[in-house]
Amino acid sequence: MNADVTPMNADEGMRAVAIAAVLGSGCATLSLEQAPLGPPGDAARGREVFVSREGGHCVLCHRVPGVRVAGDVGPALEGIGTRLSPGEIRYRVVDITRLNPEAVMPAFHRTEGLARVAPAYAGRPVLDARQVEDVVAYLGSLR
Amino acid sequence: MLFLAAFACAAVAQEPKRPSPLKPGPEFQSPDVRALQADDFANPGMLWVARGGELWRAPGANGKRCADCHGADAASMKGVAARHPRHDPSLGRLTDLAGRIEACRSRHQGSPDLARESPEALALEAFVAHQSRGLPVAVSTDGPAREAYERGRSLYVARVGQLNLACTHCHDERWGRTLLAEPISQGHPTGWPAYRLEWQSLGSLHRRLRACFFGVRARQPAAGSEELLALELYLADRARGLAVEAPGVRR
Ligand code: HEC
Ligand code: HEC
Repeated sequence: MNADVTPMNADEGMRAVAIAAVLGSGCATLSLEQAPLGPPGDAARGREVFVSREGGHCVLCHRVPGVRVAGDVGPALEGIGTRLSPGEIRYRVVDITRLNPEAVMPAFHRTEGLARVAPAYAGRPVLDARQVEDVVAYLGSLR
Repeated sequence: MLFLAAFACAAVAQEPKRPSPLKPGPEFQSPDVRALQADDFANPGMLWVARGGELWRAPGANGKRCADCHGADAASMKGVAARHPRHDPSLGRLTDLAGRIEACRSRHQGSPDLARESPEALALEAFVAHQSRGLPVAVSTDGPAREAYERGRSLYVARVGQLNLACTHCHDERWGRTLLAEPISQGHPTGWPAYRLEWQSLGSLHRRLRACFFGVRARQPAAGSEELLALELYLADRARGLAVEAPGVRR
């Protein structure tokens, strides 16, 4: 940090660094990983999380091999396990708006900063830690 | 730190991208649903229109009929649905067509309030809205309506619910794509009240909007609330020029 930044308080300094990092790499190309939220997940359970309404209902937006009825609001996830590491997949499932604030995909493991959540869901993430790990294991297996 | 990085990307204007070209709701329905809407003898919504016509000619609590003030054939209602919601000077507030009909019933007919989604309220609304079929939406967002319009626009772009989505994400940015098996339209209000096959009934626009709030797991505004009226005004302005289609038919 050079002397020009010294009038800033610590927070502003942090922001400057962050902005520099983003400008340097471009929002979409940041390679960010997230550590596991718990023990390794199970791909079969993860497939269930992916398709079921009570789970993530990811099929609303994503096609995957072997599932007939699925939407196309998001990209098809065939072969996602070869394009992204488990840590990168987890990073996106937990809260993809950290990569791109304009993202359309819901933040599946975040409870803060949400507005107007229906009482039945308030304070709860869409997916709990185990479901996140299961779905990460499932997507990692799509090669 | 990462959080701050996200904000650095966030400095993008909040004026929603409007859909272009404008496409009415039926273009996103299957051919059989479209055919149902287009044929007055098959369109189930026409049953409500017919029932509304009977209520139009039936005496209110004080013996007066809608027809006594507005004419038996309701030609005077042509264009009314196309300019609602609207700031009504006699009420001093923004009102949608349902609210305007309700006001006439209580003020001029001394009739007891109808519940918003009751069969009678829907029938009268469908009957009146039907008179504007084919006319372009032309609401006013100036003067006293401005504040509601701005509020509607803010609601339209606000991420809500556990699924953290705004109307604009689906209806401006992703229309034409498919959610599970359902094509996402541009979200125009022009077909309402509409017969929805899933409901097996005619239903109001506010009921449809509440379903979208429910879908993203958000607290739903009440039918007839200021929030939904404001949102409806924003949607109507956004659909300016599209024709009123009531009663529509939807999946
Ligand atoms: C409402 C739509 C929607 C739902 C539901 C949804 N996604 Fe997404 N997803 C998207 C979109 C759109 C993108 C592209 C980035 C963006 O704009 O959000 C995306 C991107 C992704 C990516 C990154 C793909 C890549 O090639 O970089 C992964 C991984 C992913 N989603 C997994 C999931 C999982 C797992 C679930 C369910 C737990 C899910 N998505 C549910 C819309 C959705
Ligand atoms: C996750 C996606 C999604 C979100 C977010 C969403 N909707 Fe919808 N909306 C749909 C789908 C799917 C339908 C049914 C198909 C159609 O008509 O578009 C629909 C239908 C509609 C319709 C009926 C259109 C017609 O022609 O009958 C309107 C109006 C509408 N939405 C407005 C809104 C508003 C206002 C919001 C925000 C409060 C909103 N939607 C949020 C997906 C969404």
